[in-house]
Amino acid sequence: MDFSFTEEQEMTRQMVREFAEREIAPVVMEYDESQQFPWEIIRKLAELGLLGILISPDYGGSGMGYIDLAIIIEELSRVDPSIGLTVAAHNSLCCNHIYLYGTEKQKKNYLPLLASGKKLGAWALTEAEAGSDASAIRATAILRDGQWVLNGSKLFITNANVGEVAVVLAVTDKSKGAKGISAFILEKGMAGFRVGKKENKLGVRASDTAELIMEDCSIPQENLLGKEGEGFINALALLDGGRVGIAAFSVGIAQGVMELCLKYSKERVQFGKPIAKFQAIQWILADMATQIDAARLLTYRAAYLRQQEQRSTKEASMAKLYASEMAVRATEKAVQIFGGYGFTKDYPVEKFYRDVKIATIGEGTSEIQHLVIARQILE
Amino acid sequence: MKIIVCIKQVPDTEAKIKIAPDGRAIDDAEINYIINPYEEYAIEEGLRTKESLGEGEVILISVGPERASTALRSGLAMGADRAIHINDSLLDENDPLLVATILSKAIQQEGYNLILCGVQGVGTDHYQVGPILAELLGIPHVGVVTKLQISPDKAVAHREIEGVSEVIETPLPALFTAQKGLNEPRYPSLKGIMMAKKKPLTLLDCQHLGLSEEEVNKLKGKALIIKLELPPMRPKGLVVQGEPSETVKQLIEWLQKETGIL
Repeated sequence: MDFSFTEEQEMTRQMVREFAEREIAPVVMEYDESQQFPWEIIRKLAELGLLGILISPDYGGSGMGYIDLAIIIEELSRVDPSIGLTVAAHNSLCCNHIYLYGTEKQKKNYLPLLASGKKLGAWALTEAEAGSDASAIRATAILRDGQWVLNGSKLFITNANVGEVAVVLAVTDKSKGAKGISAFILEKGMAGFRVGKKENKLGVRASDTAELIMEDCSIPQENLLGKEGEGFINALALLDGGRVGIAAFSVGIAQGVMELCLKYSKERVQFGKPIAKFQAIQWILADMATQIDAARLLTYRAAYLRQQEQRSTKEASMAKLYASEMAVRATEKAVQIFGGYGFTKDYPVEKFYRDVKIATIGEGTSEIQHLVIARQILE
Repeated sequence: MKIIVCIKQVPDTEAKIKIAPDGRAIDDAEINYIINPYEEYAIEEGLRTKESLGEGEVILISVGPERASTALRSGLAMGADRAIHINDSLLDENDPLLVATILSKAIQQEGYNLILCGVQGVGTDHYQVGPILAELLGIPHVGVVTKLQISPDKAVAHREIEGVSEVIETPLPALFTAQKGLNEPRYPSLKGIMMAKKKPLTLLDCQHLGLSEEEVNKLKGKALIIKLELPPMRPKGLVVQGEPSETVKQLIEWLQKETGIL
């Protein structure tokens, strides 16, 4: 059994860590407060190949795997979860859907643009009435005169404003339920396709979340992505990868706050000594360190299985469930260790405390993860 | 143009340094090693020179133990074309004369138009390898460079001296040592990282360079480390807070009572 990363993976981690500390850390609060999308940083990430992580060099990507993807998301989120989430959604959902299920023509059309970061990608499944019950989506696509006509609206879509390419799921045959859902590639500027309300969020405020609306949006027949009726099944498979991304996002956040707590507790003096000397604080730190390691091991096992093209539904859900719940606890404890200072925006744990909560909700709530895991073990 | 960049792998500048039980080396058990930051500038300058000339080859050379290959791979990931790793149990990468001599042998074998080094190796901070190497090769050398313009047959180097900038023109081949401010080193891209393993990394030992054990031993030990000590703990500073009329009083009192300066 070998737990070590390859030399390339170590190099990738070091590169992303240095980039995040030097280029992102100084501007994190600025983007959070203004809710501006950090274009300048995203463009630099694009130059480094971080917007085409999984895509083969044949289509202009970096040709790396799921373990590398997890490393990158972990390291970005350790400094700024907003950027971690933007990169995760673009790579593991939008790009990967086209990469895994697209036709050769679709791949040649879209992947070089997405992988180079010339265009950002969004992925749209959730609707107002279809969150955890994802197969209950109502958006429709009807084939009329050789064109697909889409109607409906998608909620809480990451990169909805900034993304120029969107993979959208819609019902093509209502009678078939989940097997009557298909995926489509939409582009900004197509008639009848627009962005709705931008969400004003608790956390990850520098990531772009908005509604996508289709009103008699007519697209070429060839923009069907994957086989008709297989959109939802493909989406579930993609979410196994996506969940590893959210697990890595959670591990990164927890690691980030733990490092802040270690430093602070050695510096902060109360009752005549650094608070790290008190057992009450030591136990919190020891729990944090142990649970982060447990979550990290679950995350990289799931990434490894996925990389080996082995079934990883259960393991990805376990990693996502455990890591996200663990990270919520860790950030809460971090604010507690920082005390009054932790409650202010002058210290970075406040932002992590807000940012982390999306991890137990996005790409399947903790409740849905329980359901997935239970189904797998009772099979 | 053949551009040689000499790099050293050094302890991470963020690493917590502990002294080994023998008292003459650092304990490297938990140390993360990186490319000497001054040599990141040198690599970047080599790459930029190649890019601006539109031709050339950037070759990295390092003297060091097995782990030094990681530093060379990182440099290859930044974009260097190939690397030479000189590793031999006879060698000590912290001995400037020995390292410069070894490098000079390898560089002579390789051929060169331009040589770039860091101004100093972080950790040992001898500032010696670059100048000794230039001397051994019999070529001009400009140290502590903050701006460099290379054309096919000459170079113009800038460096900061007491209050002014000194500008030096020299024919090539020449050697330059890089100071902070020379450039902003690039991050290796994911593609660069993926390609690094496919680029040639040549392993050499003393025998390849035509040096016998006696010759190496003769070069060794011109400077010896007798003892290493950690610097004394920095005494606690004072933060004075409040209105200027109050803070001045506090400061004067502190200067009188605690420091004896006043």
